[in-house]
Parts: sequence; C-alpha cells; structure tokens
Amino acid sequence: MSRDAILGAIRRGLKRGPLPADQRAMLDGRLASHPRHLIPARSRLPRPEQVALFIRNVEKEFGTVERVPDLAAVPAALADYLAAQNLPAAFPMAPHPELLGIPWDSRPLLQPEPRRAQGTDQVSLQHGFAGIAETGTLMLPSAPERPTTLNLLADTAVVLLRASRIHGAYEEAWDALRAEHRDARTGGHMPRNVMFVTGPSRSADIEQTLELGAHGPRRLHILLLDDDPAALPPAA
Amino acid sequence: MQITSPAFKQNAARALEDAGLQKALGTAKGAFLQRRAAAVANLPEFERLRDIGRDIKNHTLANLDHYLETFAANVEKAGGQVHWCSTADEARDAVLAICRRAGARTVTKGKSMISEELGINRHLERHGIQPVETDLGEYILQLRDEPPSHIIAPAFHLNREDWEADFRRMHTDLPKDRVFAERRDILAEARTRLRERFLAADVGITGANFLIAETGSSVIVTNEGNGDLTQTLPRIHIALASIEKVVPTLEDCTSLLRLLARSATGQDFSVYTTFSTGSRRPGDLDGPEEYHVVLVDNGRSNMIGTEFQEMLRCIRCAACMNHCPVYGAVGGHAYGWVYPGPMGSVLTPSLVGVEKTGNLPNASTFCGRCESVCPVKIPLPGMMRHWREREFERHLTPGAARWGLGLWAFFARRPGLYRLATRAAIGALGLLGKWSLGGKGAFRSLPLAGNWTKGRDLPVPEPGGTFMARYAAGQRRR
Repeated sequence: MSRDAILGAIRRGLKRGPLPADQRAMLDGRLASHPRHLIPARSRLPRPEQVALFIRNVEKEFGTVERVPDLAAVPAALADYLAAQNLPAAFPMAPHPELLGIPWDSRPLLQPEPRRAQGTDQVSLQHGFAGIAETGTLMLPSAPERPTTLNLLADTAVVLLRASRIHGAYEEAWDALRAEHRDARTGGHMPRNVMFVTGPSRSADIEQTLELGAHGPRRLHILLLDDDPAALPPAA
Repeated sequence: MQITSPAFKQNAARALEDAGLQKALGTAKGAFLQRRAAAVANLPEFERLRDIGRDIKNHTLANLDHYLETFAANVEKAGGQVHWCSTADEARDAVLAICRRAGARTVTKGKSMISEELGINRHLERHGIQPVETDLGEYILQLRDEPPSHIIAPAFHLNREDWEADFRRMHTDLPKDRVFAERRDILAEARTRLRERFLAADVGITGANFLIAETGSSVIVTNEGNGDLTQTLPRIHIALASIEKVVPTLEDCTSLLRLLARSATGQDFSVYTTFSTGSRRPGDLDGPEEYHVVLVDNGRSNMIGTEFQEMLRCIRCAACMNHCPVYGAVGGHAYGWVYPGPMGSVLTPSLVGVEKTGNLPNASTFCGRCESVCPVKIPLPGMMRHWREREFERHLTPGAARWGLGLWAFFARRPGLYRLATRAAIGALGLLGKWSLGGKGAFRSLPLAGNWTKGRDLPVPEPGGTFMARYAAGQRRR
C-alpha cells in the first residue's frame, strides 16, 4: 500500500523505525499545547490604537470601514452606502442571530434575505467573527449562520464586525475560535472552512501589476460596530 | 510534462533572442523585488521569523511520518478522505477515479504547481473530462496551451498585448471591436467568462500551500478568490498536496504565513487565506459534500536523509527566482520543467533525475541572492554545488568542461606550479597589452577566450605581478 510505502521511505531516510511511544507522546503534547511563536510588536497597542491600526490596514488594502454606534444604526448606514454606490437594496444576509435581530424595518426599502449567496447577487452581508489589526484581516469561519458563499460571490461584500472582536494578532483570533467554536462533527474547534480576508479580490497576473476586481468581490465594506467603550477613539 | 532541461543552453539562447519575452521580463523587473523589500522593511521581526520558519519546517521533516499520520486521521474525523499516492501515476488515477465516480463533465481548478507536475489536465482531457483553469494567469496559459513560467505568476512571460490578442482569438462570441483600455478590462472579461464555469463545475481541484496536522486542514493562499470559488461551489473538493506541505499546528502555519506573502508578492498578507477541513457540516448552507486530499510523494521521500532534505522546507514563494539574475535574463520556460529558477534547479534533479536535468545546477552565477531572500533559509547555492559534484562524478559533464576543470585542479593542488603558471600568464597578458594597447585599457577580445570576451572586457594587467606576488611584497613591507 502506498501509505506504508511513503511512511517506510520517510523512516528509511530518517534512519529509524516508527517513533517510540514516548516521542510520539511528546509530539502529541506539542499539538495539544500548540505553542505560539514570535508575534510581531506592531499590533501590541492600547485598544483604541489597535482598532485604528485595523482600520488603517483595511484601507491600505483597498477596503472601506464605517463606524456605527449601535445595531440600530446599521440599517441607515447600509442603506446610505448602497444608495451612494447605486447598488440594489435586496441582498442575501448571513442568518446569524445578531444580524436577524437588527431593526431592519427602520429602513423599509432594505430587503435582507437570510440565505447563502448566488452567482447573480450584487451585494451580500456577512457576520464577522473577528478582525486582526496586524494586517487589517477579517476572520470568517463557516457555520450554518455564516455561509462561505457570502464572502465570495457578490460584487460588493459588506461585513458587520464588532470592535470588541478586533484582536492584535492572528494567534489571538485562533484562541477565540478555539474557545468559542465546537464543531458538530469532530467536536474540535475547526469548522469546515475558515477564511482570512484582507481587502477586495485582485490579481497581479497581468504584467505583475495589482488590479482590483478578480473573481471575488470588487468591494469590501466593513460596518464596524463600536460596542467597546475602551476601543473608542479619544474624544476630540 | 515534457522535460527540455537538457537543452537549457539552447533554450536560454532562444529566450535571449525573444523580443516579446525580453519585454515582459523588463516590465516585470523589480516589481516583486521592490514590494518585497518594502514589506520586509515594514516588519522589524522578519529576520527572526525566517529562523522560526526554518525551525518549524525542520522539526516537521524530522517527524514527518508522525505528522502525516496525524493529519490523515484528522481529515477522516472531519468527514474527508486521504488518498496516499507514491507516484504521479497513482495520483492521476486517484483524481480521475473521484471525478468519474461523480460523473463529472467539467472540473474547475485553482492554481497548483503539483497539478502541473502530475499533468492532471492532460490526464482528465484524455478521459473525456474538461478541466478549466480559473487562476487568471493559468486561464490564459490554458488558452495558449503553454506551461507556467513562474510558480506564483504563471504568465510572467506575457505582455498585455498577448492577453488582448488571445482573448480576442478565443472569446469569439464577444464584439470584435471591444476596447481593452485598462488591464482591469482584461480582468473583467475573464471574470465574466469564468463565473459560469464556477457555477457549472462538478468537481473543484485546488492545490495546498499547507496541510495542518492538528486539524486535518488544507490551506490555500490566493488574491483572486478563484481558489475559494473552486473549493466552495462544486459538490466535490479535491486538494492536491505533496507530503512536505504538512505543518503541526495552526500557530506553526500562522508564523509561516507571515513570511509567505511578504516574500512572494510583497503583500503583508494575501487577500484570501483559507483553511478547509472536511466536508459540509449538518445545517451548512454551502460547501462541498465530499472533501478529498490527494497526498503525493512522487520522489520527495527519497530526498529525506540526503543533502537535499532541506529543499523540502520550500514554501513556494518564488522569492529565489524573483531575485535570480539568470531567471531575470531568460525567464522560466528555459529551465525546461515545472519548477524554474534556483528552487527548480535544486528540486528538478531530485524529482526527475540529474541525468535528465544536468544543466540546471549550472544555470547559476552563485551570487547567493536566492539564499539571502529565502524565507526558510534554504542553502540553494550549496545544493546546486552538490548537484554539480554529482554530475561530475557521474561523468555527465561535457568533455571540454571536464578537461578544463581537470587542468585547473592539477595546478590548484600544486601551489608552486600554480603561482608559476599565473605569473607566466599575467606576464604574457601584460606583454600582449603593451604591444596591442600600449599597456592601458582592456582587451575587447582574446584568443582562446572568445566566448568569455564576447560579453565583457578583460582589463590589461597592471604592473606589479600577480595578486599573490603583490600580497607577499606587502607582507614584507609591514
């Protein structure tokens, strides 16, 4: 069998047989404790500056961010954004309790449809699990209430993210996922799909020049919910 | 893929005469380099991260059997299947069998170098299944029926005019007089074209930048989003990955990701970094119903325990070729197989045999830039030197080169004779210089060294004798 052939060849190269039980236990211990390595200093900041770094990095990667004070302000912010971009008011939305609980009837023209995205959708609204200030990255783990297609198929991807969910480094976002997510099948922390998204889709395949608007969304707009008093910018 | 590596010299000569290629190489020159330099300058910890990256990969390779077994067990726990394949034949058949069982007619593909290595497309086509490349660069190469010339920018050798001409030639249902005013118009046409293919495909095939033992995940890193559409929309997702892609944990992978995009395109992070783990879960509204990992050896396990083991640390960022003066002069196709540039010059002989690729390790000036930018510190020039030694030992080196090396070695082992000979040569050159150039300037051509002086001039020796003679004189004066 190829499995045995491959493992045998590796062991021959390493000049040993299968690892003895104590060494296997040591490696399994490393897997269980999953030690962190060096984390760059750039994201070790006080909360307001960490959030500011997140915003700065999203914008550097051609995404846009709008801060909203509370969930009740989301429909107006989204309706104005869609109108300004000349985009339709009907769109698929992640069937996440937090999004379902938004008072959408404050803007009756908006028609959010809790479902996955289709190939013809122009706008989608996703629920953000976490943000990573280090590079302005969104962490979007899949779940029944957070379909992956909402990250990919629409021309304009809108994501609602709580400021309290912004971390400095990727490792902290992994820790949040490890702590909060239980997979229905494995009992572990990994859902079927975890996407890290940094800005809208692009390609450098034509003459090594980055151009926006490849196969994924052409625009990425983040509605940042200021739910974290410690993360607000200092009052002017 | 047909190997033309033995004809490297002819390939290179043709590449130097190819005006279109030279234009493309000129346009590309520096784009990735400058962006990488800026990204690295922006992360003061970069050098320490390179050490960490090297150590993670070394630890993994030293325990590769254990981490592969753990990875496979975790894939199965998440509802996926692992297909262990020793050879390219086995891997091709495994992919075909999955596609056939699904009754697949079209298969979308994300960019994957292992797929190029295995020749997946030809194999599927031969059996009546249509593969559709969806990475922009791979898409145009499929239209042109060409292999990639770069491992992260497959169409590195093409100019914008080539894109426009090929799109007009192949997309004949669109208006002939349409205008491509900007590069993004080309991008938009490909996007529209491929959208329907994404939605219609029965199977999606991607590569994998990493596999994670802890979780049984395959990881892809892209900018376009094509890889994600490929692995999300069809009913079946196949991830093709070679055995050295595995790393232990999410944290290990995360540290390597900090190196990858910066070393590759000079971005801090690529747009999409995606971890796939098993098949669709109960209640999920999307995602594939089947998840397969085709785990390929194809010669890699033989590198373990040899002087080429460290090559298995490679994370395929392409920094080595982006910084290579030889690659920059002749492009990727001259190397004659799937992997070009310095990493290819080391890897290709390991995978297909030095007798078929003998010239590749010689396609280097040993300037050392590749090693100095490698995010996992692979000693590429040292390994090319190992290949040169093997080539020499096995009498694969051409006669004239062997004779020249033998002659040089004879003198090099006899320092007295060596000094005598260099003194005589310097003296003769000095006399020749005095007679023909008045003792100043440089020779534009020299007998017996015509090929050498074709590309550069040799200065007339200055009075004072050889370096050793002048060094000895200096020592005496002190």
